[in-house]
Amino acid sequence: MSSDKLTLKQRFDRWMIKHGRVLVIGIPYFWLFLFFLVPFLIVLKISFSMAEYAQPPYSALFAWIDEGVTITLNFGNYLFLLSDSLYATAYLNSIRIAAISTVITLLIGYPMAYGIARARGSMRSVLLMLVILPFWTSFLIRVYAWIGILDREGLINAFLLWTGIISEPLIMRQTEFAVYVGIVYTYLPFMILPLYSTLEKMDISLIEAALDLGCKPWQAFVKVTLPLSLPGILAGSLLVFIPAVGEFVIPELLGGPNTLMIGRTLWNEFFANRDWPIASAVAIAMLVFLVVPIMWFQHIQTKQEEGQQ
Amino acid sequence: MSGKRSTFLISALAFGFAFLYVPILLVIIYSFNEGKLVTVWSGFSTKWYVSLFNNDGMIDAAWNSLRIGVMSATLALALGTPAGLVMSRFGRFKGRTLFSGMIAAPLVMPEVITGLSLLLLFVTLEQIVGWPAGRGISTITIAHSTFCAAYVAVVVQSRLSGMDISVEEAAMDLGAKPGKIFFVITLPMILPALLAGWLLSFTLSLDDLVIASFVAGPGSTTLPMKVFSSVRLGVSPEINALATLIILAVSILIVIASIMILRSERMRNRTANASDI
Repeated sequence: MSSDKLTLKQRFDRWMIKHGRVLVIGIPYFWLFLFFLVPFLIVLKISFSMAEYAQPPYSALFAWIDEGVTITLNFGNYLFLLSDSLYATAYLNSIRIAAISTVITLLIGYPMAYGIARARGSMRSVLLMLVILPFWTSFLIRVYAWIGILDREGLINAFLLWTGIISEPLIMRQTEFAVYVGIVYTYLPFMILPLYSTLEKMDISLIEAALDLGCKPWQAFVKVTLPLSLPGILAGSLLVFIPAVGEFVIPELLGGPNTLMIGRTLWNEFFANRDWPIASAVAIAMLVFLVVPIMWFQHIQTKQEEGQQ
Repeated sequence: MSGKRSTFLISALAFGFAFLYVPILLVIIYSFNEGKLVTVWSGFSTKWYVSLFNNDGMIDAAWNSLRIGVMSATLALALGTPAGLVMSRFGRFKGRTLFSGMIAAPLVMPEVITGLSLLLLFVTLEQIVGWPAGRGISTITIAHSTFCAAYVAVVVQSRLSGMDISVEEAAMDLGAKPGKIFFVITLPMILPALLAGWLLSFTLSLDDLVIASFVAGPGSTTLPMKVFSSVRLGVSPEINALATLIILAVSILIVIASIMILRSERMRNRTANASDI
């Protein structure tokens, strides 16, 4: 059959069989490439430019001078980040606060995930639902709830003053303590869900075997359960740690003026100082640190998916 | 399981759930408080709900957020579903590692970085090609659908990985075209995942403050932006009322959705069991 006798539909079908695969891959690929990957390259570019009173407020990197392109790379922004100890403090603070919060989240989340995984069928789906529900309700509102609790005139202070345990209100909000509470509270479901999915898949007869062979319950836990749930621990910890490093809302609403975190610094450079190049340099500095944990997370994700298939 | 251990697990669960739910319950209770102070209960009243509905700025922002949420969730579904399909059914292809990276990274990327980078992209694009002219609802929608698409892709992918591939293979052996297989077999089977993905995207979009603040323009203030600027000044009973309404709406939506998903799951299991016999 020659091609000119084909109907339009047949031609379309042929074309789809030949190119459909490329199309299905291509559309999401192109979108994510344009709106997720390319933006980072632009951030990198602007981090090398200089702040200017202009619209947009930064200098051009490329210029036509004497019929050739000159590229002016300006390392000033990075040198500035190094020279002012504020940035290093914010950077290290964020990593420390995120790491400590991750450990606390793990300590609270692990027994919960374990308890849910060992619960009976119908109870299990109810408990799981109870973990997921707060995760769907507004993040901002969950942070806000703690303002009313931890404030100087908040509920904890009101209660403690009423009982007479304290005579002066405790300062809890606008401290680092409040930031820990906020991060642990909002990120707890992210820890429980991956932990639950590894613990649920675990073969319970392995523990029974360990117990039969004379292991004490805690030994069976340390030697069998814990190593087998390691992928869940890692996935959950990274899901908490990485976003917590760049957290802005929680330190802004619950932390004090002294609780420097890098996400907050970036926000202030951008919105308060309108210094886009410095904000870009801060973003790149944060990314450089986070690239390794992010790739690790991706590695775990892919490994888990392949394990399922 | 020994008794001591299960007591420990039960108290851990009780403590954990109390930790998760007490703050939310307090917000709900104090939304009905007559007085302006959070700590002093001065009688039952619904006046803060009335004042919330008379707050035009808040209503406009809520309307913006709902529109952005519906558009972003739909766009995210259209982009995320093929992405999930590619990840679980297309095997190896050139650039797969980069592709899976671009799906995993948005899930954990700090929002300040995503927000700043997208804003700089929009500004650069406007300089070069003149699009998007200014920023507003459309740029927020693009930003939201991009990170929501990653969530949809993960939900769809994990659904497909847990699904029997043999039905699709049988259809292919019988000569069905790939497109037909997708729409007649795969799509109905992953419908619960698509519903979950859409809802997840919708709530994520409705909830986002940081990214929207970066890419918003004049006149496109979203609800979280409005709430944030008011919360910065302290606790307000009006926000408690708003929070209660949001929590109520989300709970109803989730319960309905999970009943639907459970029911379709049960139907699937029943037909699967019937075919076993």
